[in-house]
Amino acid sequence: MVTEEEKIFAKNFNIEDHPDVPARLPPHLELQRTRVLCKNDAPIHTSSVQYSGAYKFVGVDNSVKLESFSENFRVDVISEDGMELEFDMIGIDAAIANAFRRILLAELPTMAIEKVFVANNTSVVQDEVLAQRMGLIPIAADPRLFEYLSENDQPNEKNTIVFKLHAKCEKGEPRLKVLTKELIWLPNGSELIKESGGSTSKPRTYTSFSRSQDSFPEFANNPITPSYPDILIAKLGPGQEIELEAHAVKGIGKTHAKWSPVATAWYRMLPEVILLKEFEGEDAEKLVKACAEKVFDIEDMGNGRKKATVARPRQCTLCRECLSEEFGEPIVKPILKGEDKSKREWVDNVALRRVKNHFIFKIESTGSLPPDVLFTEAVKILEDKCERVIAVLS
Amino acid sequence: MEHGSFTNDRNASFKLPQEDHTLANAVRFVLNQDPRVVSTGYSIPHPSLECVNIQVQTTGDPAREVFKDACQELMLMNRHVRSVFEKAVADYKADEQERLKEAKEALKDQMESMDIEKNN
Repeated sequence: MVTEEEKIFAKNFNIEDHPDVPARLPPHLELQRTRVLCKNDAPIHTSSVQYSGAYKFVGVDNSVKLESFSENFRVDVISEDGMELEFDMIGIDAAIANAFRRILLAELPTMAIEKVFVANNTSVVQDEVLAQRMGLIPIAADPRLFEYLSENDQPNEKNTIVFKLHAKCEKGEPRLKVLTKELIWLPNGSELIKESGGSTSKPRTYTSFSRSQDSFPEFANNPITPSYPDILIAKLGPGQEIELEAHAVKGIGKTHAKWSPVATAWYRMLPEVILLKEFEGEDAEKLVKACAEKVFDIEDMGNGRKKATVARPRQCTLCRECLSEEFGEPIVKPILKGEDKSKREWVDNVALRRVKNHFIFKIESTGSLPPDVLFTEAVKILEDKCERVIAVLS
Repeated sequence: MEHGSFTNDRNASFKLPQEDHTLANAVRFVLNQDPRVVSTGYSIPHPSLECVNIQVQTTGDPAREVFKDACQELMLMNRHVRSVFEKAVADYKADEQERLKEAKEALKDQMESMDIEKNN
């Protein structure tokens, strides 16, 4: 016979509430799971624990559900200025943060010069070296407005941007610097006539534009230029001349780094600095002085007492100066026979850690798109990848 | 695409062409979080081949479904990341504008107070 009381008990029973079942990991395991510990010789617990059943033996579920992810995920923007973006991404695993970084570097399209038609080059820079330099010039054009140029395609207004460069250093003049501002956008396409035997009816150029790129609403009052006007392309001595045409097409960083939309995209885990004992007086001053990145500050405790505090843990570069013998607690132990007497051992009084699920992400754009747009585009690409797999499986 | 057996659909390996660590590692992470998965991993058979093999072993469910669910989950996670990120950037930009306006007004006030001093 089950009584009413027992029924209520059974209904409200939750194994997690039982005093013998821990709802959370014991502190030392929690520390291993969420932090990288930076010891004097090497960091430990660097990998993240991914398997859902990793802590089954202590009765803790390690699986991450979408709901709990959505609840805990956070983004804090630290700084943004149109070319550089720094933000904190909190509550995400390195596997996914790294996927975003890899996509930013290698799979986001941009426009870059791919073909260079050299009409005249009497400079000391050889044609092929010049072409390579031209390719690396970042171009401020939104790649989303263009299509890829495939092998059988004719270059047209939808997939090619044409630039002209003509620079000459007159005799008797000082040496001339050829800068990217001298690249002139040709919205009507190539001006070079193709040499072709046979029909002389219509001169053909290297592109076949059906309409001017000027007529695109995006470029009407906004000519396409390189991202920076002052990148050096070549130097010309008196009498030397460069005349060429450069064709930029759409591509991705995987094919060639010139198509990478970012100068760098990188992340680091948030440093955590903890003082395991009170540093007072002279010790505190020594500690503050030892840190090159000025992580520590001195706090006045009143009546002349001074204490060290951790003021700027974000600045920590893990130089481990604060883990040196000077700040440690020496271990006193009898010296065994045959042991090196000069070798001393100590226990650290400062703990350096990194938070495993807190990423300080930095994106430096090369100018084709602002960095915040780059990041959203990167996330979209990962979404597309998943979608493609799902489409094939169903 | 999928390599498994007809009699036992708990284990399977999936070949994804044109993919690399970017997707494979992220999917592996999501698969590992799934309690239905016993073991999972990925490999790139050769650096010059553009493909990855993802292996999935489950406790009983068809590996194909579990793998599909993982991709679905990753996609939804990305969607969430995107919306949170866009909101954070928009908030930051709005705040920045506000700060700029305040700074401008403070400068204006300062200039005016300087004028008064001159008039006196």
